[in-house]
Amino acid sequence: MVKLPIYMDNHATTPLDPRVLEAMMPYLTDQFGNAASRNHKFGWEAEQAVESARKEIAALIGADPREIVFTSGATESDNLAVKGVAWMYREKGDHIITCVTEHKAILDTCKHLEKEGFRVTFLPVDNKGFVNLDDIRNAITDKTILISIMTANNEVGVVQDIKAIGKLARERGVIFHTDAVQAVGKIPFNVNEMNVDIASLSAHKLYGPKGVGALYVRRRNPRVLLTPIIDGGGHERGMRSGTLNVPGIVGFAKATQIARENLANESAEMFRLREKLRATLERELDEVYINGDLQKRLPGNLNMSFAYVEGESLLMGINDIAVSSGSACTSASLEPSYILKALGVGEDLAHTSIRFGIGRFNTEEEVDYVAARVIEVVRRLRELSPLYEMAKEGIDLKSVHWATEA
Amino acid sequence: MAYSDKVIDHYNNPRNVGALPKEDPNVGTGLVGAPECGDVMKLQIKVNESGVIEEAKFKTFGCGSAIASSSLATEWVKGKTLTEALAIKNTDIVKELSLPPVKIHCSVLAEDAIKAAVSDWKKKHTEK
Repeated sequence: MVKLPIYMDNHATTPLDPRVLEAMMPYLTDQFGNAASRNHKFGWEAEQAVESARKEIAALIGADPREIVFTSGATESDNLAVKGVAWMYREKGDHIITCVTEHKAILDTCKHLEKEGFRVTFLPVDNKGFVNLDDIRNAITDKTILISIMTANNEVGVVQDIKAIGKLARERGVIFHTDAVQAVGKIPFNVNEMNVDIASLSAHKLYGPKGVGALYVRRRNPRVLLTPIIDGGGHERGMRSGTLNVPGIVGFAKATQIARENLANESAEMFRLREKLRATLERELDEVYINGDLQKRLPGNLNMSFAYVEGESLLMGINDIAVSSGSACTSASLEPSYILKALGVGEDLAHTSIRFGIGRFNTEEEVDYVAARVIEVVRRLRELSPLYEMAKEGIDLKSVHWATEA
Repeated sequence: MAYSDKVIDHYNNPRNVGALPKEDPNVGTGLVGAPECGDVMKLQIKVNESGVIEEAKFKTFGCGSAIASSSLATEWVKGKTLTEALAIKNTDIVKELSLPPVKIHCSVLAEDAIKAAVSDWKKKHTEK
């Protein structure tokens, strides 16, 4: 028997690994010192813990410990990267290149900078979810100071060719930032092999605690400087003021260590489970569509549209399973996913999409249960769907004149 | 978002799901909404000689609240005259199902579906 409810939304967040909590406990209790206290044992212990965590996190991505800046999470890391570069290099140029499927932490930061007078190019993606290298090349001008392209997408799991983008940026002397939040700990990621200058990381996406993240900032070839976005005591080599979240950082490091030691096995297992889920759904249901490229993709990600079945009603039917939908009804905005839209997925199919995020703690039994429940509910809702009925009658739904505004 | 018990009940046990023959002169069919908007409702009524709706069927593509609104609409129109059916307001549906503000459009669509079905029936009968 599987234990309900099942959590299969590991792109949103991941459960805290019990080993991580264990590592954090001393720093939530007796070892509560401020890492900036230089005059007593409490402070020294905290500083020691932070520095060893810095080494551990640097090791996962092939960085030098001095290149790791701790933050409160991915949103702050993205803000610091983009605003930090923009403000530092403003005299050199005022142009930023990014892409339409980035996280809102990048897109909205770029829009903020546009209001300050920066120019931003939001590149499109193809129907598989990839940004075109030639588009980036053609967008670069002598005023371009930053390219920011995410490594793996949070909705469709598509993994960009970061190495090639980094190489291009390097050749043109442009700083390259990547939001690597979904990728790090799931697929190999090395800042030197991939020509990355700045990278955003988050602890809670790899079984660590919420409220802690990091920014990798390259020190050599090229040396990247950032203008801080928070003013204060000058912590983190002046790049990020604020008392360090010592227990969070310790937990982040433990999570990183576990991820590094198990990466290959874990990735293969998530891939196996994902493929089983996909194959079962595709075998048992007609008119299901994968959103985003299936090959260059995070191993645990499956984003699928179930034609003629609205996403929120499907979620309601599988309410003992935690997954996400790109349907408008699940968001406050009443707009379907902008990411699916950017991939050219029609709004009709965007409304029927479900994102499954398989993680470390999901079992094969859970995957079998999820597949069976989804199949059952999709079939039931299709019996209820006028669109399915019309499609089966041979009516081309695109040719129907819909009274869109009643 | 938490659903009301009544929405959950209609979602789990939708009333009057199905289809009536579209070509039947006594059947009025209303199809409202659009796939791009995430909601499509098809509501059908069968009207007897004394002008009373004796049967109603629906199929809905949409969220749980949309399914519940149309299911409720079929329950309510049955046994009513066309004039009585047209008097059903979306606000009545909102109240009955305790729909939150973001789901009011579902009730509006259900009201529109009733109107569309009645007007389809009327069209068939004026053409004759």
